[in-house]
Amino acid sequence: MNRIRVQPDDFDPGLEIAQLGAQAGAVVSFTGLVRADNFGDRLISMTLEHFPGMTERELERIANEARARWELLGVTIVHRYGELKPGEKIVLVVTAASHRRAAFEAAEYLMDYLKTSAPFWKQELRQSGEHWIEARSSDDDAAARWSKG
Amino acid sequence: MKLLYFAWVRQKAGCSEEVVTVPADVRTVLDLVRWLRLRDGGFGEAFADEKRFRVAVNQEHALLGAVIGQDDEVAFFPPVTGG
Repeated sequence: MNRIRVQPDDFDPGLEIAQLGAQAGAVVSFTGLVRADNFGDRLISMTLEHFPGMTERELERIANEARARWELLGVTIVHRYGELKPGEKIVLVVTAASHRRAAFEAAEYLMDYLKTSAPFWKQELRQSGEHWIEARSSDDDAAARWSKG
Repeated sequence: MKLLYFAWVRQKAGCSEEVVTVPADVRTVLDLVRWLRLRDGGFGEAFADEKRFRVAVNQEHALLGAVIGQDDEVAFFPPVTGG
């Protein structure tokens, strides 16, 4: 079973890890945070917009693809939306497996695909003004390497 | 047909969603984009460059060649930047 949540509220990685990993030999987690730095142009806040309905479907689909590739005991994905401040948590991915390799690889796979297919958009408010973050080709490259070979 | 717009596409279009009746010769997403470009307001600018936006049909990622009908929901948005 996948635990997928899209919410404005903060989350507790320790609690999510404990809940998912109770029966597992290995639990890997990744937490993404709002970065403050950008060459001196200080970030005031970041607002995440998403596509309700499609977001949950995409996250579920990505989680199921990971489960088809690795023997996983569980997957948790929590992603926030709304206004966030520097240092706040944005996203959490937790994978549980019997052995570490599956848990490590699946966590990376989930993040790579989440970044290129889950319908979220970040808008930054900086001292210089508001602007939408542009997608990075390096994120596409990171996701594409899983389909090679 | 229900149309949804997100992020800067929404800002340029000036609304987040609308229901439209498209001409019979609009059969694909690309046909729809060409039709939307002709509308007033920011639509021409929002849809000027099809490399700059992405599409979902009925909440699944789709390509410009996807065939669409009056009962479909079509969403337009920038390349995603979550995570």
